[in-house]
Amino acid sequence: MTIQRRDFLKAAGAAGTVSALGACATNVIEAPQSAPAVIGVAKPKVVVVGGGFGGATAAKYAAKWGAGKIDVTLVERSDAFISCPLSNLVIGGSKQLAEIAVGYGGLAKYGVKQVKGEAKSINPGRGLLMMADGTSIPYDRLILSPGVDFMYGELPGLNNAAAQEKILHAWKAGAQTVALRRQLEAMPDGGVFAMHIPKAPYRCPPGPYERACQVAWYFKNFKPKSKIIVLDGNEDIVSKKGLFTKAWNETYKGFVEYRNNQTLLDVDVATLTAKLEFGDQKADVLNVLPPMRAGDIARSFGMANANGRWCQVDFLTYESSSIANIHIIGDAIQIAPGMPKSGHMANQHAKVCAAAVVELLTKGQVNPTPMVANTCYSFIDDKNVVHVASVHEYDAKDKTMKTVAGSGGLSSEGNVLEGVYANAWAQTIWADMLT
Amino acid sequence: MFFRSIAACVASVVAGSVFAQTPPSPPPPHLARNLAAQCANCHGTDGKNDQAIPALAGRPAATIIEQMNAFKSGVRSGPAATIMHQIAKGYSDQQIALMADWFAAQK
Repeated sequence: MTIQRRDFLKAAGAAGTVSALGACATNVIEAPQSAPAVIGVAKPKVVVVGGGFGGATAAKYAAKWGAGKIDVTLVERSDAFISCPLSNLVIGGSKQLAEIAVGYGGLAKYGVKQVKGEAKSINPGRGLLMMADGTSIPYDRLILSPGVDFMYGELPGLNNAAAQEKILHAWKAGAQTVALRRQLEAMPDGGVFAMHIPKAPYRCPPGPYERACQVAWYFKNFKPKSKIIVLDGNEDIVSKKGLFTKAWNETYKGFVEYRNNQTLLDVDVATLTAKLEFGDQKADVLNVLPPMRAGDIARSFGMANANGRWCQVDFLTYESSSIANIHIIGDAIQIAPGMPKSGHMANQHAKVCAAAVVELLTKGQVNPTPMVANTCYSFIDDKNVVHVASVHEYDAKDKTMKTVAGSGGLSSEGNVLEGVYANAWAQTIWADMLT
Repeated sequence: MFFRSIAACVASVVAGSVFAQTPPSPPPPHLARNLAAQCANCHGTDGKNDQAIPALAGRPAATIIEQMNAFKSGVRSGPAATIMHQIAKGYSDQQIALMADWFAAQK
């Protein structure tokens, strides 16, 4: 282990952290895998911001693969992880929110320390993460997995808290997921559910079309006179086009109307109207997925260096291309072509990043040939599922990830077997992150 | 362990393999672990899970290689293969051998 006196001094002086000396003196060894701390020598510190698919995985694997040589802290503001994948089933009504939530307690056995709170800013020069409550946490390597934030500034009518409670996104699973379900339950039969999809890239390419299927499943079973209008800001269906079109034309014939090239200029909250470039669309329930960008903390210090929205990283380590010792994973990064912004991808970024961070902090060798794989399942109804999958490898010449030729593909059609696997996937990936 | 798997791989019939023409050099440390970690999303951390998706921990390496080659070659394909015939095509014989040995060693 490298002796990092500066870091030990930083740790000893920082609020809200436990120094290696303190841990040793009180004989607290939190992780069964941890080696005893050496008196007077601080372990290298990894701090992870965000306990979603990326961050929770990064924290777990940095601790697991660090094998006691690295001090890992996870900063998360929520009490429990709530999964975006499968949250459309809560909106459709075939699952409850409690079924897609997992607590953070399982990370303790790996030695991950947890800080509940809101990360506010970073001091890269001193290696400090500043919290909203005024405390700060020292790091040697910081891993940011903040997901996306919404660009409400582009939709003036939606740029206030009251409006955002009426026109929901439900694109971060939790209270909004349940609230959108309540709006659909309150809607009279014969009503219109309209959803606007922003221009790609956005979180979860097939997600909006899965949502249309889930709402259609609810309407078909409980409100058969109701309609769904999909207002897509894109030229065409972004993901699994043939599979979703088939579902809308066959399973949900007459329920779903799809319109492409729908640029949203603003909303009128009082009348639940989407004000589009070519006319207005009024709805009984209006669901707007605002344009998205990297979570705010990852946009500081010029780290969102791709159009001011997404963060470019070194795909060997996921270190920011702008700021040293800060790594960014998950939906916040500027993806390579063919790599979707998905929870599955975030989990895969996290493992490449965690492995690299452990090597960097223990003077090891960073893997020169990282790979990532993706699987995105979409539920057509409560049982039948379709997928898209791909495998990506590092290209040393172009310093980017490229889809392995011949790999990947789609389901031939929706089927129940993949429904079983999709539910199993959710359980295993949540466990891979959190337990 | 690594070289035994290479031998198993060479013996298996996979069209388009190029690695057999280049002498294998020792893989970087943790390469097998890092490759295998890609499988954990579905197959569980270290290949262990109690869900519908098969666990891989402790399975004989030869079995894993045989199945991956069946997916790659199309012997196992169609709806019943769900995604594995598409995922398996993303990995070289050498990578599959590394992962297979790593999972076989997980108890």
